[in-house]
Formats: sequence, C-alpha cells, structure tokens
Amino acid sequence: MFDFLGNVLKNVVSKPATRMYPAEKRQPMKNTRGALGEIDINTCIFCGLCARRCPSNAISVSKTDRSWELNRLKCVICNVCVEVCPVKCLHMDEAHLAGLFTREKVRRIGPAKPAPAKKAE
Amino acid sequence: MNNKTTIPFGPQHPVLPEPLHLKLVMEDEKVVEATPAIGYVHRGLEKLAEVKDFNQNVFLVERICGICSVMHAQCYVQGIEAMMNIEIPERAKYLRVIWAELHRIHSHMLWLGLLADAFGFESLFMQCWRDREKIMDIMEETAGARVVISINAVGGTRRDLTSEQMAKIVRVVDEIAADMKVLEGALLNDYTVKHRLVGIGTLTKEEAYALGAVGPMARASGVAQDLRTMGYAAYKDLDFQMVVEKDGDSWARTAVRFKEVLECIRLIKAAISKIPAGAEYCVPVKGNPTGEVISRVEQPRGEVLYYIKGNGTKNLDRLRVRTPTFANIPTLLKMIPGSHLADVPVLLLTIDPCISCTER
Repeated sequence: MFDFLGNVLKNVVSKPATRMYPAEKRQPMKNTRGALGEIDINTCIFCGLCARRCPSNAISVSKTDRSWELNRLKCVICNVCVEVCPVKCLHMDEAHLAGLFTREKVRRIGPAKPAPAKKAE
Repeated sequence: MNNKTTIPFGPQHPVLPEPLHLKLVMEDEKVVEATPAIGYVHRGLEKLAEVKDFNQNVFLVERICGICSVMHAQCYVQGIEAMMNIEIPERAKYLRVIWAELHRIHSHMLWLGLLADAFGFESLFMQCWRDREKIMDIMEETAGARVVISINAVGGTRRDLTSEQMAKIVRVVDEIAADMKVLEGALLNDYTVKHRLVGIGTLTKEEAYALGAVGPMARASGVAQDLRTMGYAAYKDLDFQMVVEKDGDSWARTAVRFKEVLECIRLIKAAISKIPAGAEYCVPVKGNPTGEVISRVEQPRGEVLYYIKGNGTKNLDRLRVRTPTFANIPTLLKMIPGSHLADVPVLLLTIDPCISCTER
C-alpha cells in the first residue's frame, strides 16, 4: 500500500522518462558515428584506400578523373575509411543525417593539378 | 469427433517483428501439431562473405543480427585470430568481455520486456526497456553506435575505454542492479505473471539434451552448458558462475535470463576492476588466413558456431554459421503440441527466437 502511494507520488512529481522527440532533440554524444562528413577534397590524394577497405563498397575513387564518390544509401557508417585515410581528409560527423529522398551520390572532384596538392602537404 | 482447424501463425504476428511462420493444427483451443517454416529473410550473407576480404567480414557478420552483433563479430575474429596465430593484447580481451556482457544485458532486457508484452503486461515492458536504454546510451558513448557497435577487429578492439568511461559503466550497471530488484517482484514473483509462466512448456533435462537445446533454453532445463566456462577472451580470470534452473518451464527460462543479467553486471564489474593498464588494445595484422577453424562463443541466445576456411588469400573459402535459434527450434516444436493457442506467443518467445540469425 505504502509502496503504491510512493510510486504514485513519484510519478506525479518526477519528470517524464521520454522526450517530445521531433520538437526536442537529444544532442549527439561525443565520438558518436553519426554520418560520414564532407571530404576535404583539396587534401585528398585519390589513393583509393577508403574505397578498397569499405565493407559495403559505398565509396568509389577515380585517380584519372580525380573524383571521390560516396553512396550514402550503401554506407554503414563504420568509420573504417576515416581510420585508413593516409592524409586524414575524411572525418566523421557526430550528428545523424535526416532521411534521404534521392539516390543521388555525393560526388566531389578535386583540383586539376596533382602537383600543388603535394606541395601543400 | 474430428474437428481440426489449421491456423497460420505468422510470418507477421503480434509477438515479435521477426518472420517465423508456424502452421498450427488445432483441436478446439488445443494445438495438436506445429510445423515451422522459415526462409522469409534469407539474405545470402554466407555467400557474400566469400567475396569480401576477411577484415571487411567483421562488419558483415555483425549485421547477421543486431541484438547479438558483438558476439557474432567476437566469434568471427577469435576464429581468424586462431587461424593466423595472433596473440591479442590482454587489455583487448577484457574490453571484449565488457562490451559483450553489456550487449548481453541489453539483449536480455529487451527479451524480458518482450515477454511482458507477450502476455500483455505493457507497463512492465516499458520498465524493462527503460533500463535497457541506459545500456544503449553507454554503447553510444563508448563505442559510437547504439546497436551494431563495431568494436571488434582482427587483432583486438577498435576503441579503448577511458577510466572515466569505466567509472560511468560501473555506476550505471549498479543503477540497473537496483532496478532489477524491483523488477524481480513483478517478473519472477508476481501471482498473475506466474500464472502465465509456471508449468507452461515444460522441457525435461533429457528432452533438452536430446533435442540439442543451447543457451538459456538448456540451462533452464538443468543442462549445465555455457561456453563462457571454457574461458575464452578474459572469462577464465573472472570466476564466471553459470546460472542453471531445474524446472524447464517458461518461468525457469525467464529466471535464467533474469539472473544472467545480474551475473553480467558482476562480470562487467570484475572485468573493470581487473583490466590491465596499458595503451595497447590492438595489434597490427600481417598476412592472410589459411586453414580451417571452428570458433564458438556464448551469445545471449546460446552457443554460436563459426566454421571458417581460409585459402591464403584475403578472401575466405567458406564461412558457415550455426546460430543458437536454429538449435532451439526443435525444442519449440516439442513444447507447442498440447498447449493452448493463447500460450503459443509466450512459448515462441521463451526460445528467444532470432530469425534473421537463423536464416542469415
């Protein structure tokens, strides 16, 4: 009986355990793998290591076109590409992406000449 | 009087979102025969594993099943490490135990909630899932994701735990242990709940053994079988105590899983107190796996078995997975005939089915 009364009082005065989700969003935690962030295409050397190591083949890199392409619908956000990148031009964002509405890939083209990019390193 | 009706139970049914189809032959309210049909979520993961390289497969096997993803990856990497004679750092072994046991808590809390939901105890379901949410938050904070946390890698783990994170884990599991005391009153001792569980779907020790039951199914019937006693990873140093019940009914299976949560909490705290200091938690891997190996790990649902065959290239020749639910389906077919239709959801849940594991 007293247990019951205690529970009732606790539930009347305590805050709700849930959140009013779309209106009130939780801040992402530190080091969460939210979504693969924007590539720093000027630093990228187009070695293709990220594409070879990607477990879901979401990334394709072309050295001749100097292009880097990501299929967000294939990406499993495992962080492997970020870890293996030799020049650290990839990073992971903590915030999750909203839903995608198109199948369009993220395509980035690097600056034309490879020489200045190497000098900048 | 022969008045038999056949009722299709599933693939979409009110108990769980996984597509298990049972054809139930009924005589009035009693089930006289049950025929299972699986194959609705087969994804061809074993074949896919042959075209990915062995490091990529870690992420693939994690996706066999969400709620045992850590143990799937752990079983796979332990197999590859055994094949390649890799000695992983001691710290990595403890880290694997901590994450695996956290995962086991979350899986069992999910199951306890689902069981409450199956017999219509909505508020108990929410209480269980509220505590589970604390584990999910720890997972996100330490590993970077809630369910498929991807911390196992060939050669160790992908992340380390800081001492603040470990202190927080101890604090949170202590909170859960306190909440479990309250839940015990409802889940194990409540008069109404006991009515739905005690004596339902009794499986004797001999039947459980003969039908090849694994995990909590076997332990609830008194078959003392738990792979953690073999001492893989760091379990050999943690004085693991197996949870065994004798009754073999639905209540015993609930009790085994409930008490295992408490045992997980004890294991996590023991692992955190004994974890060796040092910065090394992953060793670099050179070469490719050759030969064949069988690797076994205790998952929340029971024993999982991986057969891995390497051929000296980065791709594997064969990856075969025997998951615990597959071993437990025969016991389900033994339990269902003779029971009432209203008890079928509870019986189905007590084997803790994971159909996406079973079909891969």
